[in-house]
Amino acid sequence: MPLEFSAQSKQRVERLLTRYPTKQAALLPVLHVAQEEFGHLPDEVIELVSRTLDLPAAHIYGVVTFYTMFHREKHGRNELMVCTNISCMLRGAYPILEHIEKRLGIKPGETTPDGVFTLVEEECLAACANAPMMICGDDYFLDLTPEKVDVALDELRRRSQQQQPQPVGTKTIFGMGPNGAKT
Amino acid sequence: MPTPQELRNLKIVTKAFGIPDSHKLATYQKRGGFEAFRKALTLQPAAITDEVKKSNLRGRGGAGFPTGMKWSFIPKDAKLVYLVVNADESEPGTCKDRELLAKDPHLLIEGMMIASYALGCKHAYIYIRGEMMREAKVVQGAIDEAYAAGWLGKNHPAAGGGGTFNLDITLHRGAGAYICGEETGLLNSLEGKRGWPRLKPPFPAIKGLFNAPTVVNNVETIMNIPEILTRGGEWFAGLGVGKSGGTRIVCVSGHVAKPGVFELPMGITFRDLIYDVCGGIPGGRALKGVIPGGSSMPPLDASEIDVPCEFDALMTDPRIKDVEVKPGVPFDLGGGRKLKTMAGSGGIVVFDDTTDVVALCARIMEFYAHESCGQCTPCREGSGWLARVCKRLARGQGEPGDVELLANIANGIGGNTICALGDAAAWPMLGFLTKFRADFEARIQPKKIGLPGRAGATTEAA
Repeated sequence: MPLEFSAQSKQRVERLLTRYPTKQAALLPVLHVAQEEFGHLPDEVIELVSRTLDLPAAHIYGVVTFYTMFHREKHGRNELMVCTNISCMLRGAYPILEHIEKRLGIKPGETTPDGVFTLVEEECLAACANAPMMICGDDYFLDLTPEKVDVALDELRRRSQQQQPQPVGTKTIFGMGPNGAKT
Repeated sequence: MPTPQELRNLKIVTKAFGIPDSHKLATYQKRGGFEAFRKALTLQPAAITDEVKKSNLRGRGGAGFPTGMKWSFIPKDAKLVYLVVNADESEPGTCKDRELLAKDPHLLIEGMMIASYALGCKHAYIYIRGEMMREAKVVQGAIDEAYAAGWLGKNHPAAGGGGTFNLDITLHRGAGAYICGEETGLLNSLEGKRGWPRLKPPFPAIKGLFNAPTVVNNVETIMNIPEILTRGGEWFAGLGVGKSGGTRIVCVSGHVAKPGVFELPMGITFRDLIYDVCGGIPGGRALKGVIPGGSSMPPLDASEIDVPCEFDALMTDPRIKDVEVKPGVPFDLGGGRKLKTMAGSGGIVVFDDTTDVVALCARIMEFYAHESCGQCTPCREGSGWLARVCKRLARGQGEPGDVELLANIANGIGGNTICALGDAAAWPMLGFLTKFRADFEARIQPKKIGLPGRAGATTEAA
């Protein structure tokens, strides 16, 4: 049996196709849908997307490997993206990254054995005024210190044990500043 | 004309900052939202482009190209035109568009509606950076609200346009590639391909998205449009300096007491910005340098900070030294033009005298090496080479000739690639060498000469 999208994903793909004059243009959004459903993009998923959009699998493979957010291998439930670019670097991002490596026992690019965390050393994530920082899904963790990192990791682990999706905009954000001067 | 103090307090695109629920349609409408669009519908499309031209609005994504002129390149007889908003903010040190998208998405939508009316666009796209998951949800929420209220979609009665103006807006998420911020790389990505920049010409205004005439504008650029319509192009031009109209959003990060995103007068100097707006450098330390517009721009040293943070000043002010290939030989930007620096994306990174500038520069080179799309050899190979030599120097293992080698590689990349990513690596490399050459030279290990196995004399060879 070839792989199929769930009914819900199918509906999302149908809707996406109405937004573009060509099927190919829907490739990135459809790959996002696929990765959300299957967790990563192995050959079977690429073939499914190929059938869905009438595109050569080779083209899709080329696209998947071009973009850093698409991954061919299984990732942890929480993808910790830690920025080490200049604004964060100047404010101590590397010691923060080292602290996380030590806490989780993994290096960037690796996943914890329990599948809870994948650590990613990221390029600038556009929150430079709150450096150093990291994101996980749509959570921002700002103005990081080792203590804040510990709280964040515990919270993320607890949440992924509960396995309950959180509503948007209600999650913990550290470093929320007044009057929009900062994030 | 506003007084200097009024100008300091004037907010055009950051008006919503600090207002609760500023991202909601109801809040936006309470603040007079969509009035500018109503006014636009009473004008001829060409009159709007004229107003934008008069305003001296310049692209806020990095290049500072006049927006009205960009719009006027769209052929008059074009049947199908696309507007694409570039929300792929990823230039290191830049964090304004993310804030703007999260706090005032309806201002962006209204700006897009006005621009689409002026350009004859029926379907506009917002290309948002893949990593901005939270902002994508906020913007999608705003688009859904605007559809539900009849501002977007077919025949919207709310606009009073009698169904003559229809616009669809689609939010399109990227997937992690800095190069997609380059406008033609973005268009390829939006078409479902690798984000490889295209050879120009043809420019997007002639052959852009799906081969149709296309305007690509930055988020902040578009968010200025409603105010330009409301208060007039002349008013907007009058706020600015010379050929740069309006206010300037800067994102100040690094070694300052109060980093943040600020909307300030175009003419503000870096000194005021660092010591007045951002509370100076923590610990009373001395300034070493400033990156004035995202990491792709040559840095300023501490003696150059009295220059205003404005597009033309940064390119031409005589107080800024020319970027050199080697001491006394200026870098040729083409046609004998010299390079100082640029205002870029407004990402200002301040670093103090404790900073290891070689390591800082190495991190910048590492970034461009990682993000090079791989199409052009000078950039693909050169950026990685720059990163490797810089890192070697940063580790204190530099070899004699490394400084000259870095300059040569950078000079070989600059101007020799399809898009500006090659320059984005080459310019700061040459800029750092020009301004902080001694820091690099200090990392070179003197070469040992003598017979193997013997303690040789050391000398500063090469």
